Amino acid sequence: MLKDMVQGCLGPLAVCMNECQGDLSVEVSKPQVLEVLRRLKDDPGLGFDFLSDLFGVDNSDLHKKKPAPKKAAGEGAADAEPEQPGPLPPRFEVIYLLLSLKTNKRLQVKVKVPEDDMTVDSATSIWKAATWPERETFDMYGIRFKGHPDLRKLLMWDEFPAHPLRKDYPLEGLGEERHLIYE
Amino acid sequence: MGIQAYSGSGWVLTKLEELINWGRKRSPWPLPYGTACCGIEMMCALASGYDMARFGAERPSFSPRQADVLIEAGTISKKMVPILQRIYDQMAEPKWVIAMGACACSGGVFRTYSTLQGIDKVIPVDVYVPGCPPRPEGLLYALIKVMEKIEKDHPLRKQFEQLELAGSCGNA
Repeated sequence: MLKDMVQGCLGPLAVCMNECQGDLSVEVSKPQVLEVLRRLKDDPGLGFDFLSDLFGVDNSDLHKKKPAPKKAAGEGAADAEPEQPGPLPPRFEVIYLLLSLKTNKRLQVKVKVPEDDMTVDSATSIWKAATWPERETFDMYGIRFKGHPDLRKLLMWDEFPAHPLRKDYPLEGLGEERHLIYE
Repeated sequence: MGIQAYSGSGWVLTKLEELINWGRKRSPWPLPYGTACCGIEMMCALASGYDMARFGAERPSFSPRQADVLIEAGTISKKMVPILQRIYDQMAEPKWVIAMGACACSGGVFRTYSTLQGIDKVIPVDVYVPGCPPRPEGLLYALIKVMEKIEKDHPLRKQFEQLELAGSCGNA
């Protein structure tokens, strides 16, 4: 039922919808994300007025593992990293977790973010609550949010050079250190 | 130290160094620096049940200027390193450091990009307390170890060495 209402609210803006164990997720295209979020918030029937969280996902490992089962026979060739034909799906995702305080329904909104265009419109104009999660996503993945009032790193220190939740960043880090400097 | 009272008000025969150590040993004011769950155990050790004041740690000093022992209880993230270093620098000599818990000693389970792998990477540590978190008895034992270390200290020798060093610099 929620699926139909969201479909009715978004119409062609919803690229694809998926329901997994009662949790509905809707994928939208990147340029239209603000329009989608505003519609979901302002729709009188849905009323997703609460942004519970916003975060990024790095799918690069997922893309790498996909072709592996097909070529299970040649184990030696697996190290050579054979590229699958066709363009890779976008590496990053930004996921918005919405909650309607009126109907107590939840919805995931997913936006795919390709590596060569890592800018998403900021949701801070719709929910002030997006400020810090967007800063965190910028810090951890390097995804920039256009229109954010103060896009600084949230968790790491300002001079930290990397984006540590990217899958190509090692868990132990690359030896970044911070020291006390007296002026 | 030998204290004798044959009659009247008595007399004391001792070495000045031993007198200084005797005084320092019995008033190691701690600077509680709790950053994680170890901080809770440290509070427990300071409070009435375990009562660290019994050992002279009478007054938890929240100003580094008036503290003798820095009890670093908890994880130190790399972002926090300058703050820890500054607090250590602000403490007046003589000063001692207790690294309480696995995180302070070695980074503990957090072998990650954001966690300092042991506070001895940035400040000198006198006593390590293992455990995750250690029991309050562990912290009390560490304090006693610090007191033993103070007892073996030579405060005047250090002073004279510094004086001699300064004098030689002045002559040259």
